Amino acid sequence: MNDVILSRIAEALTWTGRYVERADATGRILDAYLHRMLEDPWRDEDVACRSLYAILGMDAGGRPVDMQQVLDQLAFDARSTGSIEGALGAARLNARSAREAVSSEMWECLNSTWHALADQRLAARRTGPYAYLELVRRRAALFFGLADSTMSRDDSWRFVVLGRSLERVDMTVRLLSVRVLDAAHAPDWPTLLSASGADEAYARVYSGFGDTPRVAEFLLLDRDFPRSALHALTTAEECLTALGRPRQDPARRPIGRMRTRLEYLDTHALEDQLPLLLQDLQQACIASADAVADRFFPYQGPVEWAQEGA
Amino acid sequence: MADIFDAYALADAWDEMFERPGEVRTAYEPVLAALQPIEPSELRFRADQMARAFTDRGVTYAFAGEERPWPLDLVPRILDALEWDLIQRGVGQRVRALEAYLADAYGPARAFEDGVVPWRLLLNSPHFHRAAHGVEPPGGVRIHVAGIDLVRDEAGDFRVLEDNVRVPSGVSYVIENRRAMTRIFPSLFAEQHVLPVDGYAQRLLAALRAAAPDGTDDPRVVVLTPGPNNAAYFEHALLARLMGVQLVEGHDLVCRNNRVWMRTTRGEVPVHVVYRRLDDDFLDPLHFRPDSVIGCPGIMGAAMAGTVTLANAVGNGIADDKLLYTYVPDLIRYYLGEEPILPNVESYRPDEPGQLEAVLDQIEQLVIKPVDGAGGQGIVIGPKADRDTIERTRKAVIADPRGFIAQRPVALSTSPTLAGEHMAPRHIDLRPFAVNDGNDVWVLPGGLTRVALQEGNLIVNSSQGGGSKDTWVLAEGPTESPAPLSAGDPLAVAPRQLGPDGTPTVVQEGAQQQ
Repeated sequence: MNDVILSRIAEALTWTGRYVERADATGRILDAYLHRMLEDPWRDEDVACRSLYAILGMDAGGRPVDMQQVLDQLAFDARSTGSIEGALGAARLNARSAREAVSSEMWECLNSTWHALADQRLAARRTGPYAYLELVRRRAALFFGLADSTMSRDDSWRFVVLGRSLERVDMTVRLLSVRVLDAAHAPDWPTLLSASGADEAYARVYSGFGDTPRVAEFLLLDRDFPRSALHALTTAEECLTALGRPRQDPARRPIGRMRTRLEYLDTHALEDQLPLLLQDLQQACIASADAVADRFFPYQGPVEWAQEGA
Repeated sequence: MADIFDAYALADAWDEMFERPGEVRTAYEPVLAALQPIEPSELRFRADQMARAFTDRGVTYAFAGEERPWPLDLVPRILDALEWDLIQRGVGQRVRALEAYLADAYGPARAFEDGVVPWRLLLNSPHFHRAAHGVEPPGGVRIHVAGIDLVRDEAGDFRVLEDNVRVPSGVSYVIENRRAMTRIFPSLFAEQHVLPVDGYAQRLLAALRAAAPDGTDDPRVVVLTPGPNNAAYFEHALLARLMGVQLVEGHDLVCRNNRVWMRTTRGEVPVHVVYRRLDDDFLDPLHFRPDSVIGCPGIMGAAMAGTVTLANAVGNGIADDKLLYTYVPDLIRYYLGEEPILPNVESYRPDEPGQLEAVLDQIEQLVIKPVDGAGGQGIVIGPKADRDTIERTRKAVIADPRGFIAQRPVALSTSPTLAGEHMAPRHIDLRPFAVNDGNDVWVLPGGLTRVALQEGNLIVNSSQGGGSKDTWVLAEGPTESPAPLSAGDPLAVAPRQLGPDGTPTVVQEGAQQQ
């Protein structure tokens, strides 16, 4: 019977979705940043690199940071799930532990991506990271495209999409946070938009550019753009609704609250509210992710093997 | 070690990179230092990678019936801050003078009355459209976008080769060249301070919106293209996408009661500004060529009624006629009261008394250009032409002196260009792009540098097999840093949430601590 799903599988699926989205978003952010750094004649490499670390919630350390270190740590470090390679590696292992729940095409996509990374990493040392980052972006799109076209719309699918949506809100909030946090470290608006893959969509909606509150409004509040916080929250809420009890769901509550707050936000006051709003958004995602874990995949301690004779 | 510059022999022209053999110009030092240690095979690898990226992105052009990737050479062309300042001021001046000329020619015609320009220049021009007479464009702008072609002569001075104020194309390649160079060759940029080119679409959109008819609150701008079969369709689509506006073809528009509408799924929607990438002749079959099916019947009537702005304006062709070109320095003095910042190439006007004979006498030493030729077509370079061509040209000029100008041949400056496995000097020119919003003429830092890929060739047009180079304008000083959005307490960005890494949660025997 397929009406139940193992907690372990659910957890693996959620994190597969999260990690692939994380790799994708990290790739986009790095690409936009590095490109911008090259194009901006007045760049300060150390400052720009530090803002990248700040966005991704990682420690830059005390010494000056350059682009190579950024790539080593935020793209190529297989040991950290905060880097692209680490996130894709973790996604692959999670998908492998849930192989009966994901389609074989999805698994193959992650597996072949993982194997293709090494070559591109070497090439990146010669000619720069562009091809590497592009590979990541394409494979992430392929993965989610395969999820959309080869998985039944059952709970397994919902966990993948839930993970992707939570991570998406988190990444968008991180991008905006750094803009609010410190202007000297901040990326400019076009960079923010292209890091979210939103530059062309934004131009279509506003027929204009770079107006501070409008970019924040777009990335947070646009109903139709799939990477906006509101759109991702709505999707996450839909998944949780389908997965859970109709009322009083501690996983759904923080998400639903934030979603309504965003929907009815007075956009004139957005600029003033932004710092607090971003903080609350991030807290809501963390609270929801924790509640999802409590509810759907209660923690199992490591299986300990008693040593004979001990 | 084999050096890709080993075989570099300077041609008989100003070289952009080398002052003398082995002596590099200051601005090029970092680029040379970055390129020199690279193996030829590595350069080839990157060139191939770039070609593939262009093909994938659809940045191609038609050559001999074949779709080829846009030819971008790996060695950038560099302009230092001083050179750029001169070019920028010179191009701006030129555009202002040509604007004044257009306003005059389609209005009071003072310059003709005052004898600065002969009347016949206007009345004989195939681009003089009575339909444009008396149309007063919003903000007085007729040249919203201009491309002024420059060359550098043997002495290193920039000279204007021609003005393009109808539908100048090529700016998309400036944007794509930069994109490709920063992605395929990031190391070249590492130590440089190059002015960015990504502000173009924003400037263009602002200028187009500023050109909307008076009283339009939120003007709707569209790009009008002849369609996917046009050689510049890629550019039309790119500009529409970057500006976030609709790319329309003639049959997407409909004119009624002197207004322009576009057909959409929500019904007909009014259009206020049309950035048209269609020549005058094809724009409106009611006014121009009745056999044209790519235009929009009635659009000219709407423009005359002032309900829609056409950018660039109809009839601009009288200002980039090559014969008018010879008068531009006079026009700058006449309208602006300034001395020309950028000189012309020395030119003859065969239709003026005495000059026809002078041209015919030395026709083997001159460049003969048809006044309305485009894309390098019809140009005869005397010193390189054979007897038959010279004779044919001589007859053509005698038959129609108004149809040609003659110029002293300029040995265009050369720039190192990858030819096979090594660098060789190739002739280049430069087309900077100017955007006029009515208050200010803004010039995109850089422009399109075109390269004649064959040795000694002076014609650089891509339709004749030319290539291109990324054009760098070196920056002088820093801009202000952006203001903080919020002066509140610094936010803490939360650490990443981590999930299981998917390895089985089994503690292995032996690794277990008791």
